[in-house]
Amino acid sequence: MAAVAETLDTVAAVTEGGYKWGFSTDIEMDMAPKGLNEDIVRLISSRKNEPAWLLEWRLKAFALWKKLDEPNWAKIHHAPIDYQDLHYYAAPKKKQGPKSLDEVDPELLKMYEKLGIPLKEHAILAGVEPVEGERPPIAIDAVFDSVSVATTFKDTLAKSGVIFCPISEAVHSHPELVRQYLGSVVPAGDNYFAALNSAVFSDGSFVFIPKGVRCPMELSTYFRINARNTGQFERTLIIVEDGGHVSYLEGCTAPQRDENQLHAAVVELVALTDATIKYSTVQNWYPGDADGKGGIYNFVTKRGACRGARSKISWTQVETGSAITWKYPSCVLIGDGSVGEFYSVAVTTNRQQADTGTKMIHIGKNTKSTIVSKGISAGRSDNTYRGLVRIMKNADGARNFTQCDSLLIGDQCGAHTVPYIESRNPTAKTEHEATTSKIAEDQLFYCRQRGLSQEDAVGLIVNGFCKDVLKELPMEFAVEAQKLLAVSLEGSVG
Amino acid sequence: MLEINALRAGITDKEILKGIDLIVPTGEVHAIMGPNGSGKSTLSYILSGRDGYDVTGGTAMFDGHDLLEMDPEERAAAGLFLAFQYPVELPGVNNANFLRTALNAQRRARGEEELDAVKFLKLARAEIKRLSMADDMLKRNVNVGFSGGEKKRNEVLQMAILRPKLAILDETDSGLDIDALKIVADGVNALRSPDFSALVITHYQRLLDYIVPDRVHVLAGGRIIRSGGPELAHELEANGYAAVVAEAA
Repeated sequence: MAAVAETLDTVAAVTEGGYKWGFSTDIEMDMAPKGLNEDIVRLISSRKNEPAWLLEWRLKAFALWKKLDEPNWAKIHHAPIDYQDLHYYAAPKKKQGPKSLDEVDPELLKMYEKLGIPLKEHAILAGVEPVEGERPPIAIDAVFDSVSVATTFKDTLAKSGVIFCPISEAVHSHPELVRQYLGSVVPAGDNYFAALNSAVFSDGSFVFIPKGVRCPMELSTYFRINARNTGQFERTLIIVEDGGHVSYLEGCTAPQRDENQLHAAVVELVALTDATIKYSTVQNWYPGDADGKGGIYNFVTKRGACRGARSKISWTQVETGSAITWKYPSCVLIGDGSVGEFYSVAVTTNRQQADTGTKMIHIGKNTKSTIVSKGISAGRSDNTYRGLVRIMKNADGARNFTQCDSLLIGDQCGAHTVPYIESRNPTAKTEHEATTSKIAEDQLFYCRQRGLSQEDAVGLIVNGFCKDVLKELPMEFAVEAQKLLAVSLEGSVG
Repeated sequence: MLEINALRAGITDKEILKGIDLIVPTGEVHAIMGPNGSGKSTLSYILSGRDGYDVTGGTAMFDGHDLLEMDPEERAAAGLFLAFQYPVELPGVNNANFLRTALNAQRRARGEEELDAVKFLKLARAEIKRLSMADDMLKRNVNVGFSGGEKKRNEVLQMAILRPKLAILDETDSGLDIDALKIVADGVNALRSPDFSALVITHYQRLLDYIVPDRVHVLAGGRIIRSGGPELAHELEANGYAAVVAEAA
């Protein structure tokens, strides 16, 4: 097994220097003092000129948070988080939010350029037709620490009635929508981290697709944590009215820092009759170094409500980052014939810990859910799939199919599958399939005998393993995700 | 030309090959026959570079390359191909993608131009047709859900596309019915040329009716104990290995 030792060395070398997104940016920041109390909640609210109802909502959430306990059922271990030792608000210093891209701090634009995120509309704005074969435009909301710094293509989208803006802006421009839907899918008291987020959320994206509109382009939010000792608490709210359709992508990175950083986001999706929401995530927060030092603690609550008949919500995630991932994107299938999907690839290496999965709650008749989860563990990491399929009493004809596959690389990592299935309706059908396998020496040798390098062989095998999930991603993201998988696992096989 | 000189090798604490001398001149097909446990598969793995074996002495040269110093993929790029006794399954990886990646990796290593998808498919389809295989072979995942015969045919298809200079067939005939055996043999025979050589490892003389070797070697107890022309295979079939082994002892 010489190859094992050798390649484990390689992975160490690669992962230590391998996080390409680990740089930090010098930006003058407006920071709230460390610690969390009512005054901080008030400060955040006042910084954003929020209406009274929202401050009240936050304060209520804060009161709930104080009564809640950190969840302890996940298979993750970390030193206690000192919630008083964090900044709860950090924003690039600017008198007023930028009105247009020209006003955005050039340092910020430079950073996004370095990350490969195009915060430019130049071709389109100049009236130039997009060249065939070039990537189609994607509207992007860029969130830097606690605030949205730029949103592209807002005007183009507005023409078709689509609202895409920072949620802090939506609070002012569309208060009725925000007030109606905020917390309607993930109530403030849902769990410890959701309560925390509700009290201190800073910014995030707001999307509204009116009746019958198919959003003309992919929408995307790019999250970047930069500041030190800062928590990031963004909040995303997507509402799609009857017959509407949207595909939304989210990407995340953070600088390489020795201390852990907390990220506790909430995402709420609402799909009305015949509406479709496709939500894709490529999560690549800094995972910490080979010894488990540093990295993001990612405690995220994502939930979608299929409120209307035949509505559909589809979550696709490729998770390669974070020291700890605690995340269960879920679907509440209320409308008859509504559909929930969850496609996930979770990669853990070094000392990363991931406890991730989904919840599918079948309430309406003939509701359908599909879960495909692919966990890949390497190094000394732990990777757990935790999923709940609950069929309620009236969900006649509900169907669920679950497939959980784990791939182990090396002999010091762990893969765990924890499926919960609760059925209260005798006509419902659920299926669960699970496999655990290792990248076998003979698979690698077979590939190498045909001429592939060890790295290419691992990439090929892992991508084959994840194919069912990757094909759900929008085309361009799929290519990115494949590359990311290859980088994350470079050399980790023996 | 493959030139093996006094090769000794084994696994931890156990010597399996105890001094192999073998020369396969370019353009020739040699057969290696021998009883179970004689070291036939070990020889094929050592020549192709599989981990887990210790070479304790001797050399193996191929066209001027010191094989034992090379990574498996370097040996592949130098033109060495191993048809596996038990071809491996690669779930989710389709044959076309696998083969194109492999072919291009080899071409890159040799400083040749890579083939784009269109050119590759043209080449692959032509080989499939020539070997009378099913068209869906390329779309299927590598060896997943293949019958034993299909797996061996897939090895032959890969060989036809990768065009090695030296093919080692490790008991490719085991578990094949007569039709599949013919396809495998046709695949090898089609490659026969003054630039191609093959080492056919087999238990049975049956395969050698279809791939007629230039030389036959008997491997027993980690040594080549006898070499001869194609008639040696018939003798083994008639008298069994025991007689040859006893005679050599």
